[in-house]
Amino acid sequence: MAEQQKNTLLHIEDLVLHFKTTKGSVQAVDGVFFDLGYKEAVVVLGESGCGKSSLAKAILRLLPRNVDRYGGKVFLEGTDTMAMDEEQYRQNVRWVRMSLVPQAAMNSLNPVLKVGDQVAEPMMVHHGVKKEEALVQAAKMFQHVGVPVDFLDRYAFELSGGMRQRVAIAMALVTAPALVVLDEPTSALDVLTQANIFNVLKRLKKELEVSFVLITHDIATSSELADRVAVMYAGQIVEVSDAHRFFAEPLHPYSRMLMASVPRLRANQEPEFITGQPPSLLNPPKGCRFAGRCPKRFAKCSEEPPIANVDGIQVKCWLYTS
Amino acid sequence: MTDKQRDVLLSIQDLHVWFELRRFGLGHAGYVKAVDGVTFDLHYGETIAIVGESGCGKSSLMKTILGLNKPTKGKVVFEDKDISAFHAEDLRQYRAAIGYVQQDPFGALAPFMNIQRILEEPLIINGVKDPAERERRVRKVMEEVKLSPVDDFLHKFPHMLSGGQQQRVVIARAIILEPKLVVADEPVSMLDASVRVEILKLLRGLQEKYRLAVIYITHDLSTVRYFSERVFVMYAGNIVEKAPVNSLVHNPKHPYTSALMDATSDPDANNALQYRELPPGEPPSLVNPPSGCRFHPRCPRRMENICDVEEPYELQADDHLVACWLYK
Repeated sequence: MAEQQKNTLLHIEDLVLHFKTTKGSVQAVDGVFFDLGYKEAVVVLGESGCGKSSLAKAILRLLPRNVDRYGGKVFLEGTDTMAMDEEQYRQNVRWVRMSLVPQAAMNSLNPVLKVGDQVAEPMMVHHGVKKEEALVQAAKMFQHVGVPVDFLDRYAFELSGGMRQRVAIAMALVTAPALVVLDEPTSALDVLTQANIFNVLKRLKKELEVSFVLITHDIATSSELADRVAVMYAGQIVEVSDAHRFFAEPLHPYSRMLMASVPRLRANQEPEFITGQPPSLLNPPKGCRFAGRCPKRFAKCSEEPPIANVDGIQVKCWLYTS
Repeated sequence: MTDKQRDVLLSIQDLHVWFELRRFGLGHAGYVKAVDGVTFDLHYGETIAIVGESGCGKSSLMKTILGLNKPTKGKVVFEDKDISAFHAEDLRQYRAAIGYVQQDPFGALAPFMNIQRILEEPLIINGVKDPAERERRVRKVMEEVKLSPVDDFLHKFPHMLSGGQQQRVVIARAIILEPKLVVADEPVSMLDASVRVEILKLLRGLQEKYRLAVIYITHDLSTVRYFSERVFVMYAGNIVEKAPVNSLVHNPKHPYTSALMDATSDPDANNALQYRELPPGEPPSLVNPPSGCRFHPRCPRRMENICDVEEPYELQADDHLVACWLYK
C-alpha cells in the first residue's frame, strides 16, 4: 500500500461534498474515487449537473459557505491533505503543488491589470519572490503556452479568446505545480483554437512533466489528452478505466450510451441520445442512480451497486459482479 | 435528381455587409467587411449548414437574412421579392415566414414570462385574437417539440427548465407560425453532448415533417453530416467552399476546410499520442483583410505571387465549388 502510494500523485477515496439548501442537502459529490500517477492526465466525463465542477472545488478545497458535509481522503504525493488546516493547505498545497484553471477562466482575467502582472502574482504570493523575478518566470511560462512574450504588457481585452485561455493556463502553471485541474478549458472556443489549446496541453505534459485532471462533457476532444478516464454520474464515479480500453469499449451502461451519443466526423454511425434526465441530487434514488435510464436494469439495481474490478477497470455496476 | 428542380426559396446575390468604423464618433475610419460577396440559393425544404470560426461573418450573414442588418451591396431575395424593399407590413409577414433559433436559449427567453405567454407572443403579434385558438396552437406546438405532458410545462418559467427543455421552447417559438425557413444559430453549442444529439434529431424530424428549409450555422463539423444536405464553409467574409455534405466530408478541397476537419476530434485514445497539424495564426481582421486569397497567410499550400495577389480562382465541378488557386 505504501509502495503504491509513492508512485501515485493523487489518490482520492470516497470524497464527499454536500451543499446545504433550503430544500435539503444537495449531494453534488458523493463518493468519488480515482488515482492519478505522475505525468498522467485523467479525464472526468459527465453531463452538466452531475457534480463535475463541485468535484474540482472539492479537490482543491475551494469551498463555498453553504457546505453541509465535506469529507473523504485526498492524498497528494502520499500526504493526507485533509488533515491539514486551512493555512497549512494554502501554504503547502494550493497553487504550490496543485492549481486550478476554473471554468470560463479566460473571462475572469482582471481587465485593469496587465496580463503579465496577473501571471506573475501567484509567484510573488506563494514563493515570496520579487516582482522582477516573477515576471521573468511569467515570460518563460508565456513561451511554454505559446503566447508572444511582448504580450506581458497587454491587457486582457487586447487578446483573443484562445490567447486569454493560454494566459489563464500560464497563471496556473507559473508556480510549477505537479498537478493542474482544468475545468472545461475549451468549451467556449472555436474548433481550431480548441485543437490548438490541446496541442499546448500535450506539450506541457511532456516538457514540464505536469499532470492534469481534465473536467469536461466533451468526449471527443477529451480523448486528445486522456491517459485515464473517470465517468461521473449524479455525483458518483461509475467507471474508472484507461483511455485505450475506454474509447474502444466502455463497460458501464451509462458510459456506453454516452459514447454512442457522440457525433463522429469520420464514421457513418448515427448518434443515439440517452432518454430521460439525470436524477435530482437533492434526493437521489436508492441503489444505482442510473437505473431509471438504464436499458439493462434488473431487480438487483435497486440496491447500491458495489465497485467491481474487471481487469483493472473499476465499474460501479451489478452487471460486472460475479 | 429532383433537387435541382426544386424552386428557390431564398436567394442571396453578391451580398456585402459592411459596418462603418468611426474615429471618435466623427471621422470615417474604414469598414468592417463582415460579409464580402456571398452568393447562394436555398431551395424549399432544403437544409444547409454554414460552417466557420467566430468572426468569419456568419452571424452578420444570418442577421441580414433575418432583416436585422441592411445589406451594403447585393440582395437578399425571398420568394422572388427583395427584402430590402420591405416596409412595416411586408416585413412583419416576412418575419412570420422565417423562424429563428437562438444560440443561448436562456438568454433568448424572457425570464418574467411563462412558457404559455412566450409561445403566445408571436400569435398575438400576428393577429390570432381568439385565446382558445391560441392555446390550442400552443399545446399543439409543445407536443411537436415533445414538451409533454403539456400541462406540466405550460405555466413554468424558463429558469425552471433544463437547458435542453429551454432550447425546445425556443424551437417551438420558431415554428409556431409555420414558417417556411428556420435559421438556427449554433442551436446546440451551449448544450451537453448527450442533449445535443437529441435536439438535432428533433430539428431534423420537424424539418422532414413540415418540409422546412433550414440554415444551420455552426463551427462544429461533426454535427453537420447528420443534419444538412449542403455545407458552405466561410472564412473572413467569403464562402471558400460549397459542397454536398458527403462530398465535403470525404473529399474536402479547400485547405481551410481540410484544416477544420483535421482539428475536429473523434473519440479515440490515439489522439493523445500525437500533436494535431494546425494552420498558424488567427483569422484576419475584417477591416483590412489580406489581399488575394484571405487564407493565404495561414495556408500550408500557398503559392507565392499568386495566392497573395489575385482573387482566388473558383472551380465548379458538379455541385462542388471551391475558391482556391490549387485547382486552376
